[in-house]
Amino acid sequence: MTPAAVTELAASTSLAAASNESLAEMSNVLIYSAMAVYTLAFFAYIAEWIFGSRSKVARTAAALTPRTQAKGAPAVTVRQEGGTAVLERPKVVVRAASGTRDVPDGPGAHGGDEQGDLFGRVAVSLTVLAFLLAFGGVLTRALSVERAPWGNMYEFNITISTTVVGVYLLLLALKKNVRWLGLFLTTTVLLDLGLAVTVLYTESDQLVPALHSYWLYIHVSTAILCGAVFYVGAFGVIMYLFKDSYENKLANGGKPSAFASSVLERLPAAASLDKFAYRINAAVFPLWTFTIIAGAIWAGDAWGRYWGWDPKETWSFITWVAYAGYLHARATAGWKGRKAAYLALAAFGCWLFNYYGVNIFVSGKHSYADVGLGVLQAAGF
Amino acid sequence: MSTTSKTGPGKTGTGPGTPEQEQGLDAAGSRLSTAPTEEPPNLPSLGVIGWARWFWRQLTSMRVALLLLLLLSLAAIPGSLIPQTGIDQTKVADFRERHETLAPIYDKLGLFNVYSSVWFSAIYLLLFISLIGCIVPRTWQFVGQLRGRPPGAPRRLTRLPAHTTWRTGAEPEQIHRAALALLKKRRFRVHRVGDAVAAEKGYLREAGNLVFHLALIVMLIAFGWGQLFKSEGNKLVVEGSGFSNTLPQYDDFKSGNLFSADDLEPFSFHLEDFRGTYERSGPNKGTPRTYEADLTYSQGAYGEEEKTTVKVNEPLELGDAKVYLTSHGYAPVVTVRDGEGEIVFQDAVALLPLDGNVTSSGVVKVLDGYRNPEGKREQLGFQAFFVPTFGGSASGTMISQFPALDYPVLALNAYHGDLKADSGIPQSVYQMDKTKMKEFKDADGELFKKLLMPGETMELPNGAGSVTFEKDIKEWAQFQVVQEPGAGWALGGSVAAIGGLAASLFIQRRRVWVRATEGADGVTVVEMAGLGRSESAKVPEELGDLAAILYEQAPGAPDPEPGPDPGPDDGPDNDPDDGPEASSGPTDTDSRVTPAEGAEKQ
Ligand code: HEM
Repeated sequence: MTPAAVTELAASTSLAAASNESLAEMSNVLIYSAMAVYTLAFFAYIAEWIFGSRSKVARTAAALTPRTQAKGAPAVTVRQEGGTAVLERPKVVVRAASGTRDVPDGPGAHGGDEQGDLFGRVAVSLTVLAFLLAFGGVLTRALSVERAPWGNMYEFNITISTTVVGVYLLLLALKKNVRWLGLFLTTTVLLDLGLAVTVLYTESDQLVPALHSYWLYIHVSTAILCGAVFYVGAFGVIMYLFKDSYENKLANGGKPSAFASSVLERLPAAASLDKFAYRINAAVFPLWTFTIIAGAIWAGDAWGRYWGWDPKETWSFITWVAYAGYLHARATAGWKGRKAAYLALAAFGCWLFNYYGVNIFVSGKHSYADVGLGVLQAAGF
Repeated sequence: MSTTSKTGPGKTGTGPGTPEQEQGLDAAGSRLSTAPTEEPPNLPSLGVIGWARWFWRQLTSMRVALLLLLLLSLAAIPGSLIPQTGIDQTKVADFRERHETLAPIYDKLGLFNVYSSVWFSAIYLLLFISLIGCIVPRTWQFVGQLRGRPPGAPRRLTRLPAHTTWRTGAEPEQIHRAALALLKKRRFRVHRVGDAVAAEKGYLREAGNLVFHLALIVMLIAFGWGQLFKSEGNKLVVEGSGFSNTLPQYDDFKSGNLFSADDLEPFSFHLEDFRGTYERSGPNKGTPRTYEADLTYSQGAYGEEEKTTVKVNEPLELGDAKVYLTSHGYAPVVTVRDGEGEIVFQDAVALLPLDGNVTSSGVVKVLDGYRNPEGKREQLGFQAFFVPTFGGSASGTMISQFPALDYPVLALNAYHGDLKADSGIPQSVYQMDKTKMKEFKDADGELFKKLLMPGETMELPNGAGSVTFEKDIKEWAQFQVVQEPGAGWALGGSVAAIGGLAASLFIQRRRVWVRATEGADGVTVVEMAGLGRSESAKVPEELGDLAAILYEQAPGAPDPEPGPDPGPDDGPDNDPDDGPEASSGPTDTDSRVTPAEGAEKQ
């Protein structure tokens, strides 16, 4: 029995998926409302960036010259007030390692402008609202089909974009400096949802039947989560690359364009972006490892072998090795920085290819049936 | 320069200049990891041994490990794009037909068998040799680090990535004791060196990293072992019949190179009943909802009979073997009589499904016992097509409309002659060799064929006999029996890998030093510094927490002179005998501590 035929059998063992029309309807309304609110958030983020560009951040080449002396100078940790030392808590002085550019983080999209900051806050609130709507949309969709919401590309896309925003909001809630991600994320989430509702839309009951295994649920849900986090990480990497070349240019006396300066100056320093991307990718790597193993366990139950180099498995493996390569690169002299960043992007490319490319380009499992029916015709029936 | 003593009266210990006591800044970050240091790939000048050593060094370096990792991911790509023999042989055959020039080249390059090709194996074997060559020395080093103690405080704590300082009225001795107690409570490994307390925590990170890499080796060996000893066979069983796990019983069988027939787990089972239910309406009409096979089985030679139900994703586990339900179909019961009405054949004939609605085809072969009306021994063959749900004469075709037995129809073509069954060449039970078979002809001289409903009988032309499609239609289920030793090890390895990885990525290995010395004016100066393997915000945070606690026990004292810039560098470092390097600008930058890894920059 070929794995393909087994898949067919396994895949066809569906859950009872009586679709609930009104829930499906509700899901669509919620997704469209989420898109509307994301659009508002998008404009609010734009306003944040525009207002932010008004206030000229005095972050020019001067700021980029190594401030070794300044930093190396002793920190004043004991203040004198009225003759008695007041010190609630000793202040920790932090200094950069040698060889690093000592650039401070940008202030964020609002660039220190009060109105910009206000718009930024509005944008985040709108993002929260849109997220809740989208989450409701995904949930009602799942309820309407009585299974997990990743039965087809449409459901997969709405689920993963919602997860991406969830990751972003979680980082914000953890007080991480990530608001600068907002504009980019809402843009891509809008594009993704737009694509989903127009090109990929599938009636809620036309589903590839879900499979009877909780391992599959675990496997796919962690895979989606990993994808969302990898996505945020990849964006951090891209911004790092931009910011790094910007800083290099300044350090070498170059003159970046006004637009580039205006945008990039407000982002965190290249070193911070690099660290952000690393943290994100490193944090999710064990989960990705787990995802692959959960998939292998499920394959063991469904197909009788836990690993068989099927294209999906192969690309998960490639993605895993590529991310392991990235983590290694950061520990290898001569590979830190930009080279490692390119590796991280390549690894994310592998992930993307696995989820979209393999579905679209590498398929053709069902030729078996046609061949069979040909025999039937040849026999005269 | 290390002979200078910058410590005041609070200084204890073995004397000035011992390496333990007054560490340079590089020493402070040493042994904080076991990662191999990078050497430039200088070519050796020594003979064979030199070359061998050089090669080994290269192979076990991080740079080569990285390149091998990248190579491995690249090498895995073609196998996902080109059909693979191990996955789908029909696709490979298809590809060969369509690409006549390309196929032989692919064959030479092993591209139809990427994952067992020489070059793919070479990459992962090199990687794993590199891994072993990397892990063994790192493990020894780590054991050494566990036996040893955190290095003493660098002379100038202010040069470290995170530091803090304050002046206090408390005695240095008292602060050292408080620091020892505090750090111990926080589960640091702590000891006192010279005039400072040195502490280190997070050894689990290194342990986790080693466990992770070791687990990779365990997984590889388990996987390889499994491939060598695995076996995998298929058996189609019709309701009411059984199977016992011996080689001849299988329809087809594959095994690894080191497998022997004795490795087969002894068991047998009997298929009592197969049930399939299907979606009745909606766009998913015809999609299977459940497949269940009721089995009676026994393990070992004299095992007890037990009952169980096997479903698609729920294999039956018998010792090392797993029995999977992989597909199903129908087996119409057919009775063939000769011209005299004697039964010459009566059996359930398993037919193979051709599509999702179980349109099926196969062959009914009557090998023995049939004599034609002339009394001559002959064999009969019927090409059989079966649909569980006939579309009615309107659709006019033998293509099934639904997978369940709603309107079963059997269609037969009839042949007679010699099936060549004893020609010595193994024959498929689903195909008929027609070279020595003659068609039965109908009245028009065409091939004799008929559609039958359950219970119906067709008479062969010229009194050659009859064929009955019995009302009792059986189902069959196909089982795949897999034995893959080492799967448990692979699973154990992967759990260990995840655990090790999590420890390796989430735990910071870091050092903390606390030094309290009596300044020139008799007021104690406390200095604290932290150093992580990679720069992380956690190190200063933790240092702040620790300092806050110590500060409570040794509250701040006023500054000596309210000058504009009183600071830590004016503390111990400003001791008159500290030498000129204390204030020199350029060395300032040079002497900054780079974390051992430097992976994360601030
Ligand atoms: C099968 C191939 C390998 C894989 C998948 C792999 C994977 C990883 C991963 C994911 C990490 C990150 C964990 C961390 O940063 O602590 C890591 C770290 C590390 N690996 Fe590997 N590795 C492999 C082979 C090797 C080899 C051959 C070597 C020896 C040259 C090696 C040496 C190291 C070292 C020293 C670290 C720690 C780096 C650090 O201190 O940050 N690995 N490895």
